Amino acid sequence: MRLLVALIAGALFGAGLTISGMTNTAKVQGWLDLFGAWDPTLAFVLGGAILPMLIAWRIAAARRTAVLGTVLPTPPEPVIDRNLIVGSAFFGVGWALVGLCPGPAIAVLGYGGGNAMLFFIAMLIGMAAYRWVPMLLRGAPA
Amino acid sequence: MSIPMDWIYGLIGGLMIGSAAAIYLLVSGRIMGASGILGGLVDLSNPTLERAVFLLGLIAAPVAYGLVWGFPETNLTANAALLIVAGLFVGIGTRMANGCTSGHGVCGISRFSVRGIVATLTFLFFGGVAMFVLRHGLGLI
Repeated sequence: MRLLVALIAGALFGAGLTISGMTNTAKVQGWLDLFGAWDPTLAFVLGGAILPMLIAWRIAAARRTAVLGTVLPTPPEPVIDRNLIVGSAFFGVGWALVGLCPGPAIAVLGYGGGNAMLFFIAMLIGMAAYRWVPMLLRGAPA
Repeated sequence: MSIPMDWIYGLIGGLMIGSAAAIYLLVSGRIMGASGILGGLVDLSNPTLERAVFLLGLIAAPVAYGLVWGFPETNLTANAALLIVAGLFVGIGTRMANGCTSGHGVCGISRFSVRGIVATLTFLFFGGVAMFVLRHGLGLI
């Protein structure tokens, strides 16, 4: 049952990314291009995605466990640390360079050809190697 | 003046993305964050079958969509150096920050998480600055 739900959620996520136009890197780069031909579509996507989740978090707040029995995630400590800022800055620059964030990068794998695969492999290497980056930057563990 | 269809498709697709996140949260008790789900598999910190199946759905649905209605344009660059550098930055950055557009953006903002809001503003800001410098300054992208 848990696997079926994961499959359905993943598929709905993938279909939503495709329909919304977020697998089109030109539209995503257009959103970031405030001083060029600005494309506001991403705001509608993000806004549309936040609406169901506003309701979901309200429902979750009144419960301790999810339908399948898992304890619902508790809010993270509101700590703004260096990793959050530096990591998000790295991500923002990489996002602008090609126009893919992790969700769409996975969603285009099936039909995006070699270029999509190359980005994905580089992203995987980055994900596997990220622990060493703060050490390289500051000479200290994260 | 009419509303561009792209905005309506964006809103519909967004509602689907949010519904997927809501199902994953309320039924399975999980946060739907693409970088976290993939990252937990890649660095073997949390390699569950549940995550693998989620990714399978995420890859298969766009293919099924494309086979029926035609594959949408990706307009992905063919510049290998750009793809590699961007991929590394996105991979390193999202794992360092512990979230991306789906985790911090969709799931974080909707619960008024300070971390999610700060992360989203940060990557939007740096994405916008990078776009300005690289497109209008250097003409690179």
